[in-house]
Amino acid sequence: MLKIENLHVRVAGKEILKGLSLDVKPGEVHAIMGPNGAGKSTLGNVLAGREGYEITAGTVDFGDKDLLQLEPEERAAEGLFLAFQYPVEIPGVNNTYFLKAALNAQRKYRGQAELDSMQFLKLVREKLRVLHISDELLHRAVNSGFSGGEKKRNEIFQMALLEPRLAILDETDSGLDIDALKMVAEGVNHMRSPDRAFIVITHYQRLLDYIVPDFVHVLAEGRIVESGDKSLAHKLEEHGYAWLDERRVPERSAV
Amino acid sequence: MSAPLLQSLEQGFAGLPPAAVQAAQLGEVRRASLAAALGDGLPGARAERWRHTSLRALERRTFSPLAAADESLVAGLARQIADTAPAGADEMPAWLQTLRQLSAQRVPRLVFVNGTFAPALSQLHGLPAEVRFEPLSQALADPARDPRELEFLARRFNAADETFARLNAAFALDGLLLRVPAGVQCAQPVALVMLGAAAEGDRALHLRHLVEVGEGASLDLREYQFAATAQANLCNSLVHVHLRRGARLEHLRVQAEDADAVLLARTDAVLAGEADYGRTDLELGAVLSRHELNVSLQGSGARLRSNGVLLADGRRHLDTRLGVDHAARDTACELTWRGLGAGRGRAVFHGGILIRAGADGTSAQLSNKNLLLSPHAEIDTQPVLEIHADEVKASHGATVGQLDPAALFYLRSRGVPEAQARRQLTEAFCRIVLDDLADTALREQIDALLAQRLAGVGA
Repeated sequence: MLKIENLHVRVAGKEILKGLSLDVKPGEVHAIMGPNGAGKSTLGNVLAGREGYEITAGTVDFGDKDLLQLEPEERAAEGLFLAFQYPVEIPGVNNTYFLKAALNAQRKYRGQAELDSMQFLKLVREKLRVLHISDELLHRAVNSGFSGGEKKRNEIFQMALLEPRLAILDETDSGLDIDALKMVAEGVNHMRSPDRAFIVITHYQRLLDYIVPDFVHVLAEGRIVESGDKSLAHKLEEHGYAWLDERRVPERSAV
Repeated sequence: MSAPLLQSLEQGFAGLPPAAVQAAQLGEVRRASLAAALGDGLPGARAERWRHTSLRALERRTFSPLAAADESLVAGLARQIADTAPAGADEMPAWLQTLRQLSAQRVPRLVFVNGTFAPALSQLHGLPAEVRFEPLSQALADPARDPRELEFLARRFNAADETFARLNAAFALDGLLLRVPAGVQCAQPVALVMLGAAAEGDRALHLRHLVEVGEGASLDLREYQFAATAQANLCNSLVHVHLRRGARLEHLRVQAEDADAVLLARTDAVLAGEADYGRTDLELGAVLSRHELNVSLQGSGARLRSNGVLLADGRRHLDTRLGVDHAARDTACELTWRGLGAGRGRAVFHGGILIRAGADGTSAQLSNKNLLLSPHAEIDTQPVLEIHADEVKASHGATVGQLDPAALFYLRSRGVPEAQARRQLTEAFCRIVLDDLADTALREQIDALLAQRLAGVGA
């Protein structure tokens, strides 16, 4: 589904990703862990198509598409979703209005019929019920004045509504209390299916107690330095990221 | 030698009906006002209050006055309003949409077509009996009328740059007369509609309005300026607003004129103690539109809330000049204005706030944010705060910027195409000025009109 090969990315002239490769198949949940400054958020942003990232080498295939050639809205319509680490507050844009516009734009791109207001509201109610979210969020402006927890709930709600093929959660757990964390995890687990994949980017192992990954990768200094199953997350938790440095073979000259 | 514009007006004045010029013993005032306007000429580049708005293109044009209604034009408009055949709401022009709504909701209204009262489009009934609501032309034509009622027309404008007020004093033969006596609460809104239409050459239209709200009385006024057909007229309107003690006026003004029309508007408002004046202005049309809004807070506790949007796209030049004069204790103003510059448009905003000595306890807030959507557009914003009192709370902020790239990316990352995302953010940027409209149905209407206009705005 997603195949990243030897991805090199510069931000403001500085190389952040230095040859990252990753292969994600439908139905899989991949966790990407790593210390601060390793390039975790850069990966999420590059995949979603944010400006300001210069791709100097490598390829990213998403399904049968060259992902890097697509506009952010085309990536979304192709089924890619990024849950933001810092969801943006947009005063004056109503949450429901925005989501209806987003969903219908995606449907139009895919050649599906657009939903009218009644159909859309029905869908919204269904999703809200499953996620145990109050509809009060919907009547407000996008993320405007939301608490940290509300913003993350809103991200998960959007994910549930847009039903992506690949969802990337960028440190969705940061700043969340345990109840909000569980809610996020429930939302993800509820959506797990054989044809949908997740990339869960996190600094801490805690979220992975609730979203159990099939694979755990460690991202350090711009590339994946270690991959394993969920037990890798526990090792990291026990030993800290410093443990990696001791294990790593020095190979800087090879770059 | 005076400019072609003024020459053409001078000639036009000679052709006005003598009885109308002489009515209410105003002949002398009218002639003196015209002489003063011709003597001082149009304000030039050195006139401080006109520094950002050049009249060089306008002064070379000629306009003739229009003192009589075009009956067949008005009848045609009336038929369009009455025609209830369903039309696509999106295609319906703003003037027609608005007049159909006003007519369906039986809103008392005075409609002026090319500066002349159009009874066929108006509705005079529906207000409490004590309220005086009539066209100025009717009052001028009534020899039995107490001259004190029309005293406001005798005002002289002394400053050399008040050319358009002087021309208005010379020419205006029609307008709105609205007096709400003390204690009367008008539940129904009242509408003032000015429609421009093509009429054999370019016309100069002058309208003078008086809105007086008595002690403790309240009124909801909606002022609309639209083009019924494509035209390049000059419309010069002067509105006097008097709010007595504790009076309340909610005043919406929507200007969505033809892209070739020229508008020169001035509003002079005087507020007594505890009076409350709320305004929402939308400047969406015309090639040149200048609005001078002068509000004098003369009694303690008087309050002004003024919100507005300046949409300068195409080749439009908008100039809104606020002059808020705090002359008494504990007065307040809150000014929230948003400007958009697109295409080759230019928006000029001057937010002048004067807090006089003795006006202690005054609070004044001005926010003017602007979006520059095109490299060829221009925005000039000048907040000017002059404080001579103590214990004053005053703040002002003016910014010019672009759409927030983070917000734009967020919307696009959910699948909203870039152009649509830009439009959503632009609408949101403007929408804040509508937040104070208490009437939800009205707010939705205005929001839709704004969205419709913004949909046509390219970078």
